[in-house]
Amino acid sequence: MPQSNPVSFSASQGAQLPEPHVTPPLPLTQLEQNFAEIAPPLTRDAALVESSKCLFCHDAPCMIACPTHIDVPSFIKKIATSNLRGSARVILDANPMGHSCARACPVEVLCEGACVLNDRDEEPIKIALLQRYATDYALEKNLRLFEPGPDNGKKIAIVGAGPAGLSCAQDLRRFGYAVTIFDAHPKPGGLNTYGIAEYKMRPPVALAEAKMILDLGVELKSGVTIGKDVRFEELRSKYDAVLIAVGLAATRRLGIPGEDLRGVLDALSFIEHLKTRPYDGTPVGANVVVVGAGNTAIDAVTQAKRLGAKHATIVYRRGPEEMPAYEYEFMLAKKDDCSFRFFTYPKRVIGTSHVTGLECVRSAFGPPGPDGKPTLIEVPDSTHVIECDMLMRATGQGRNAELLQIARVTIQDGKVVSTLPNVFVAGDCASGGAEIVNAAAEGKLAAAQINTALGGQPMTSDRDKLLRA
Amino acid sequence: MADLRVNFAGIECPNPYWLASGPPTNTYVQVAKAFDLGWGGAVWKTVGEPILNVFSRYGSIDLGPTRMVGFNNIELISDRPIDENLREITDVKKKYPKNAVIVSLMVETNQKSWHDIVRRAQDTGADGLELNFGCPHGMSERGMGAAVGQDPGYTCDIVGWVKEVAKIPVIVKLTPNITDITYVARAAKKGGADAVSLINTINSIVGVDLDTFTPMPNVGGKSSHGGYCGPAVKPIALNMLSATAADPDVGIPISGIGGIATWRDAAEFISLGAGTVQVCTAAMHYGFRIIDDLCDGLSNWMDEKGYRSIEEIRGRAVSKVTKWENLDLNYHLVAVIDQDKCIRCELCWAACEDGAHQAIRRLPREFGGPVVEIIEEACVGCNLCSQVCPVQGCITMQPLPVSEKPVTWKEYQAGKGTLAPRGDAVHTAKWAPHM
Repeated sequence: MPQSNPVSFSASQGAQLPEPHVTPPLPLTQLEQNFAEIAPPLTRDAALVESSKCLFCHDAPCMIACPTHIDVPSFIKKIATSNLRGSARVILDANPMGHSCARACPVEVLCEGACVLNDRDEEPIKIALLQRYATDYALEKNLRLFEPGPDNGKKIAIVGAGPAGLSCAQDLRRFGYAVTIFDAHPKPGGLNTYGIAEYKMRPPVALAEAKMILDLGVELKSGVTIGKDVRFEELRSKYDAVLIAVGLAATRRLGIPGEDLRGVLDALSFIEHLKTRPYDGTPVGANVVVVGAGNTAIDAVTQAKRLGAKHATIVYRRGPEEMPAYEYEFMLAKKDDCSFRFFTYPKRVIGTSHVTGLECVRSAFGPPGPDGKPTLIEVPDSTHVIECDMLMRATGQGRNAELLQIARVTIQDGKVVSTLPNVFVAGDCASGGAEIVNAAAEGKLAAAQINTALGGQPMTSDRDKLLRA
Repeated sequence: MADLRVNFAGIECPNPYWLASGPPTNTYVQVAKAFDLGWGGAVWKTVGEPILNVFSRYGSIDLGPTRMVGFNNIELISDRPIDENLREITDVKKKYPKNAVIVSLMVETNQKSWHDIVRRAQDTGADGLELNFGCPHGMSERGMGAAVGQDPGYTCDIVGWVKEVAKIPVIVKLTPNITDITYVARAAKKGGADAVSLINTINSIVGVDLDTFTPMPNVGGKSSHGGYCGPAVKPIALNMLSATAADPDVGIPISGIGGIATWRDAAEFISLGAGTVQVCTAAMHYGFRIIDDLCDGLSNWMDEKGYRSIEEIRGRAVSKVTKWENLDLNYHLVAVIDQDKCIRCELCWAACEDGAHQAIRRLPREFGGPVVEIIEEACVGCNLCSQVCPVQGCITMQPLPVSEKPVTWKEYQAGKGTLAPRGDAVHTAKWAPHM
């Protein structure tokens, strides 16, 4: 079925989906199966059994491994005692992105990877699923877990309604600040809404999570781009502090001939397209090639396969050892029958108006470069063409250079900071790209920094109040 | 947010959770840390003439992967000098004026010893005294602890001596190693006690090492009976609490003790009449940090149910406990299996067939099963199948409409009321297929 409406993408520049559909879309029922959640929720029985298995370690490694340091044994113990409200509060107090992290965190390298049961040659506690169990309860029951602090008369502007911005907003409201978030997208959540593989998390969850925070009395101005619709200086003059949490800019171009042919696009635009339409509304090629081997590349290649691509292949210039994607993600793509072409270097996109192939050479490790790491060299006479009718870039995103420059963002003592007073930076635009949980931790840290900079007292948590009654 | 504050026999504290007298309340450092984390009160490890302990003091039983479901100990009272204990109690009370600090006491059975220790203990500024008439091991061999608590006469006399000089509330800690705990509770009341606490530990041997034939804990090849506690003793404690709370001749506040590990346990104790609850084994297992969920869980549950204070829930279950003869014979229950939830383990069938009333029919594998279904006319509503079922909500017990009004055994014996008709099948002898 031809795609009738032209599509525009905020994150893409000149890239387009194959149009019309190169292959007819799969039946909707099949697509719904293909995009079913890969980690369905625990039943009550399973949650009780699993939570009872937690040893309740002291100074638990899972808690240390989590960038937001959720008190994991505490929230699990509360599930075991049926104190689900308390459990959700422990999670969302430490990590306002607790819902999305329960679905999209790379737990095997974080909390679950650190679980002491691994050392007893047992499966670790299913921390992510338990976290989901507790936070789902909070959403289902529409619990109001936190209250805004008494109005302190100060106003903060947050640029970006993604994980970092929202996490910062939650704590600032609890401190008593008036908070306004500006976001270029029509909906809040940032990559949680627009960029997580659909089989991990659906947009309604990200939106509900954002709503819980916005319901604390946060003002959201959607569809507003700072630097275009509103000047950065205007924010500085109207607000007592500004947090920049805009995430990253568009995917880096490959910088090879033919990149502007039809059918060449960036992976994030593809994922966003898929997540904002019915499943049969996103065209996919029969032969899809994704350049890059990070987690976004895996999200793109697996979802292309699930949409109905016959072949979906990752092209990566280095080997499996160097691949930035997590082992878990790699295995996911293997299970989806995606192919991997390692040590393969793209040279040219082939096609007249629409992409028909990617010309590559074989690469290999050469002698060490100035940084001591081996350089990549081309293997002579290794030019070959990988046929494809859809080519996606997943080669990492650049920073939003213009805004960061206006905001005088620079690196001081290894930290990304603004040299302007009362301007702060958090999330991917500071880190260069990390997990939701890192963004949440940085957003919370920014809230504490803003509070300190504006002379506020450290916050007392609900729990402290309860115990000190 | 629910108000967890309590006033127990005149002793005020921020929440009903006290650390019970035992190893967790041995020193200033421990009690101060516990108060910092949010415990409402602490009963100091029993103070008396310092004793000598043995090494190897605890035994425990595990249930599958869950450790320390039951726990026993042969540790005696404090091995620290009385002066040192009392100095630290003074300091802790000074630093934490809002928390309840109770001194547990045990000395020889003579008036002078008790007068002396009571005077010294209350000079610390402590909020109350707890007389340890409960420990069943070691000290009982020397005529103290449970040896006192097993004798209503002694109990009454000693409480009397204590009350002659006590200016602060006196709580008497009772032993469960007795036929009917209410006799001693009444004796404590008669002697002038302001409150009782129960239960102390139950006499026990937790197991035998089959390689050495030495029971646990092994002290150089020998063992001794010890005091049993932990989650396994909760039902025994609840029963004794219920009996004491319902006894009009006792009528003084009760501090509940025995296997309390979660806020739910605490809520149950409070509903059966406890004004405060004391915790020891759970703190020994997981540390003082468990106070977080004990308070948070209780508070959230109270908020959800609309209870504003502990006093609103205290004793709500007491009148629900009655003699068997007052139960309704016409209350008719049957088990109902939700076939959609059933995972076909057939545990219910095995239990009912061999252990109850043969009221479950089973379609074996070779005939299209496994499927199990309740034979309603044979079901006596005993609950067993719903208790062995590993799936929550799969087997539920549902009341059936009954043609007759409720009638108790007492009434029925007296010729009053009408028994609703019961199927012949509920009498096992008539139903059992092999008969």
